[in-house]
Amino acid sequence: MDHTDAAAIRRQTKIYVAVFAALMVLTVVTVTVSYLHLSTALAIAVALLIASIKGSLVAAYFMHLIDERKAIYAILILTVAFFVVLMFVPSFGNFDQRILR
Amino acid sequence: MEIPYTVEPRPDTGLFNAKLGIWLFLASEVMLFGALFSSYILLRTGAPAWPHGRDEGLNVPLATLNTLILISSSVTMVMAWASVKLGDLKKFRLYMGLTFLCGLGFMVIKGIEYAHKFETHHYPSTNTFLAIYFTLTGLHGLHVLGGMIVNGYFWGPGAKLYGRDPERFANRIEVAGLYWHFVDLVWIFLFPTLYLL
Repeated sequence: MDHTDAAAIRRQTKIYVAVFAALMVLTVVTVTVSYLHLSTALAIAVALLIASIKGSLVAAYFMHLIDERKAIYAILILTVAFFVVLMFVPSFGNFDQRILR
Repeated sequence: MEIPYTVEPRPDTGLFNAKLGIWLFLASEVMLFGALFSSYILLRTGAPAWPHGRDEGLNVPLATLNTLILISSSVTMVMAWASVKLGDLKKFRLYMGLTFLCGLGFMVIKGIEYAHKFETHHYPSTNTFLAIYFTLTGLHGLHVLGGMIVNGYFWGPGAKLYGRDPERFANRIEVAGLYWHFVDLVWIFLFPTLYLL
């Protein structure tokens, strides 16, 4: 899609408003769920799922990632790969402790 | 000397240079916040017990309001960009002004939260939860402040560029927007992590 096309931008602004509504609803949902006294594991799973949906909506529509150039996807694939490794760093620590014992 | 590829895309990347630049910067930001999220996981899984945000005096309704404010600011930011693209500088000023005010509102509420914590003697040194809470929200707050400075500049003196080169100005707003949406995205994860879990 050509961003310079005025008609296309008008169509996009409608999508922005819809995404805005979805983000508002999901925020209320995630707060409501937190008062339900779910088990910790389930609460974490639900909260992260909702946050991931919200984050994806922001990235896809507001940051235009749904329609971007290859160079940006390449940067992001690399970023995600390193990010995943980073998230598993805490488990390396547990592994060391087990060896020490 | 003319700065190359501020409007026309570079043939090999297909992007104007600033857009590639901001995405590389955001990639480094992912690693910065990622490292702190990872630290949070390590601290939480390594602790014998982890307090709920509410038990440490975190104000969930106020933080929910802040989340809604920051999401709204993301929408006004993208509308500001769309307004420039449609050649409507008046609407751009309106939406950019709203974006700035939302940022200011977020910081004021954050300030109220911090002040309340200090009044009740909740400091970063109080416990591990508050240490990571202040580190994460503090760093995020600095990012909001940085974005407000950039947005404020483009609302005011920076908007002069629109008269000379509207396409280049639109690209600057897009780049500022990408940063601002990223700051919003970080908060979308920080909010449930610190306040709700």
